[in-house]
Amino acid sequence: MSSIDVKNIAYLARIAMPPQELADTEQKLQQIFALIDHLQAQDTRNIEPMAHPLALAQRSLPDVVTESDQRDKFQALAPATELGCYLVPIVIE
Amino acid sequence: MSTNNDWEAVIGLEVHVQLATKAKIFSGASTQYGAEPNRQACAVDLGFPGVLPVLNREVVTMAIRLGLGINAQIAPRSIFARKNYFYPDLPKGYQITQFELPIVQQGHLPIVMDDGRELSIGITRAHLEEDAGKSLHEAFHQMTGIDLNRAGVPLLEIVSEPELRSSAEAVAYLKTLHALVCYLEICDGNLQEGSFRCDANVSVRKKGDPKLGTRTETKNVNSFRFVERAIDYEIARQIQVLESGGKIIQETRLYDAEKNETRSMRSKENANDYRYFPDPDLLPLEVSPEWIAEVAKDLPELPWQKRQRFEKEYALSAYDANVLSSQKTLGHYFEETVKASQASAKLCANWVMGDLLAALNKNNLALDNSPISAKSLGELLTQIANETISGKIAKTVFELMWTSKTSAKEIIDREGLVQNNDTGALEKIIDSILSDNPKQLAEYREGKDRLFGYFVGEVMKQTRGKANPNQVNTILKEKLSAE
Repeated sequence: MSSIDVKNIAYLARIAMPPQELADTEQKLQQIFALIDHLQAQDTRNIEPMAHPLALAQRSLPDVVTESDQRDKFQALAPATELGCYLVPIVIE
Repeated sequence: MSTNNDWEAVIGLEVHVQLATKAKIFSGASTQYGAEPNRQACAVDLGFPGVLPVLNREVVTMAIRLGLGINAQIAPRSIFARKNYFYPDLPKGYQITQFELPIVQQGHLPIVMDDGRELSIGITRAHLEEDAGKSLHEAFHQMTGIDLNRAGVPLLEIVSEPELRSSAEAVAYLKTLHALVCYLEICDGNLQEGSFRCDANVSVRKKGDPKLGTRTETKNVNSFRFVERAIDYEIARQIQVLESGGKIIQETRLYDAEKNETRSMRSKENANDYRYFPDPDLLPLEVSPEWIAEVAKDLPELPWQKRQRFEKEYALSAYDANVLSSQKTLGHYFEETVKASQASAKLCANWVMGDLLAALNKNNLALDNSPISAKSLGELLTQIANETISGKIAKTVFELMWTSKTSAKEIIDREGLVQNNDTGALEKIIDSILSDNPKQLAEYREGKDRLFGYFVGEVMKQTRGKANPNQVNTILKEKLSAE
């Protein structure tokens, strides 16, 4: 794994990564990858994949509207709102 | 130099169907369209700390209905995953979706082309997920407004195999799928409000080449006409790029309806790594055979079943049957008209598909709001069938019914429109017309056949359209051929 990969991963994860931290992060990631390699070396062919640690199935609720409008309370926490919308710095792709 | 005929398009479609539930997929907030911004976004939809999603049972039932409708496998166990990406209209920083184990797998959708060709298009998968919110760029100065009413609205993403070979096939597929989700009552089918959205994956390759070309994805095209144009544009663009020695870049493109072109939105080369993983907040979804059997019990007649029945039961052409079964309400209206009328099913089909749909279109009305009920139309058509009025007069009566909401019979009586079936009277009128027009008569007899129409016109003028057209034709022919 090269430092370019670390930069790319940092970009994808939207994490600011100063150049001086690249080497250290790379080393830590190498250790994590070593652990992954160790895990992958195990033979799991006869083991059922576990999607969740609890041996339970998802519960469900009937299709009923139970929530009331609490916009004012939620928006009291927001840095900026206008016309009922939350405002964020301009995003256009 | 190769031509377009040397190329083959390969098209796969991803359709986001908004499920017609009252509440959201993982919260109890309302999904009703058109509310003020953020009035229907609760703490779960906003991704507040400490909240947990709970699955809406109806969403699963609707996915099962779709699965049964396309004859697919319904997974006894499926998993919800987190798809991670950053965007302000996704407050949690991830979308809950299904990745490796979707609820519906490997189905088929039968489609019919206008030329009568029947195809069966494979459906790879359909999975449940939540919608994101909406970013509004226009109303705010140098800022973007976020409305999270749509966040958490349930979607079923239906992914076809890349088996479509033209924009016409893609549109036929979409129309059939649209009809299906409306028949199943799992979606309101409203394209303008975004309840049925389509992304088109398009690539081209030389005919006979087993390898797929590089594809592009055209996003969010929300009308059948635009899908057709966007795909046609994209096929032509890719052929042009390849023929001039270029390469297709795998990317997401956006269709601009005003300019009728697609343009690059973002390249997949630096694609997001969505870092999918099973959502620890949600347990595996288990669907029992009993649940599937219960849903199967009240599955309605499907569009293609109705089409086949219409062809058989009413002796309609494949085209008529296809149009009339394209919407559940239209099929129902047609059958109610037939029931209420002594006219043939074919005459009913012609009027429903012709005059009725044209009038609705012209007045921008949905069938449910038609001023003329199926029963009233049926009564009008009975008047044609029993020769009380001619087809031509019926059009006038139809217009009066449309505006006055009065019955056909009342209008015919009030306006004195009853067809004149008195042969003796008609003969007298025809005799006098022939003797008043000696020049035309002579010309006709010299071989100017098209003057026949002139005489019919004169008869209709004098009888104010009330003469029985069949009688007019028969008597005129007799008189004109007799020297």
